[in-house]
Amino acid sequence: MSAVTEHVEDHGHTAAADAHASDDGHHVPTDRYFMKVALVLALLTALETSTYWIHLGAFATPLLLILMVIKFFMIVMIFMHLKFDNKLFSVMFYIGLGLAVLVYCAFLSTFQFFAR
Amino acid sequence: MADITVRESEAEHVVAVANVDLGHADHGGAHVTATGLSNNKLAMWLFLGSECLLFGGLISTYMLYRGRQGTGPGPAQVFDIPLTSVSSFILLMSSLTMVLAVNAAKRLDDKNTRLWLMATALLGSLFVGGQVYEFTAFYQEGLGFTTSLFSSSFFTLTGFHGVHVTLGVIMLIALAAIIGRGRISGDKAEVVEMVGLYWHFVDVVWVVIFTLVYLIPA
Repeated sequence: MSAVTEHVEDHGHTAAADAHASDDGHHVPTDRYFMKVALVLALLTALETSTYWIHLGAFATPLLLILMVIKFFMIVMIFMHLKFDNKLFSVMFYIGLGLAVLVYCAFLSTFQFFAR
Repeated sequence: MADITVRESEAEHVVAVANVDLGHADHGGAHVTATGLSNNKLAMWLFLGSECLLFGGLISTYMLYRGRQGTGPGPAQVFDIPLTSVSSFILLMSSLTMVLAVNAAKRLDDKNTRLWLMATALLGSLFVGGQVYEFTAFYQEGLGFTTSLFSSSFFTLTGFHGVHVTLGVIMLIALAAIIGRGRISGDKAEVVEMVGLYWHFVDVVWVVIFTLVYLIPA
């Protein structure tokens, strides 16, 4: 069972309704599925923005970081098709991303950014 | 006559084998590659991986200098969160229209592909317009590029992102025009997908910038 099928079934729909096979044999989610994802992303953005008016104190920063990570991976995995594509594409991207995070954590640590 | 037919068949076989060896054989519009995957797509993901390093550097520099506002205005004085939230929403929705364009291209539906590409370009242009407005407002409030370390790192980061969005808009309009004229000879869906990957990446970078630069207080 493909990842798309599993996801679709989680939402109580049939695989045929929300996914179809592309010419190269990969499952391609339907427009309706992408619209649902966009709706979730819009709600998460609204939640993020609400922290500007609703003061959450010390919880604000961790909440915003978690929401950012969720949105980041939703776009990368679903809109950019990494979830449905060959794993080699994921490797290419995550090597760059991982390297960036490591290098700049080291960079910011050098300047004692995290100590402040 | 039979001898000539056999030789022609052998010649075709030799050419086909040579093409496969060189990786030029047509296989459903795609090239045969060592990995069995599209080299264009692989290169695009590699490029996006390297872009992570570029934006990682710019974001880190901003994080380091965001408190160094000197005598000029700081983030709390100039940032207009409601406006930036609307811009973020617009860019997020452009990712939806982009993915709809990719899906339409996979269905070989040129009309809807062009429609969604132009919708994405329009939303991208709105985002860039919002950014130009924001920069102008900041400048009028006394925040120039050289005002402080904060302003330099802020304008460099968001400016680089804005340039990426502008390039994306140009690519989208050009792609819609090329599809309209029927100038794409190879796998049309793959070309749309390549531009789509770039566009989604630009969106995903903004997701990070919006949180780290605008929403998390310095």
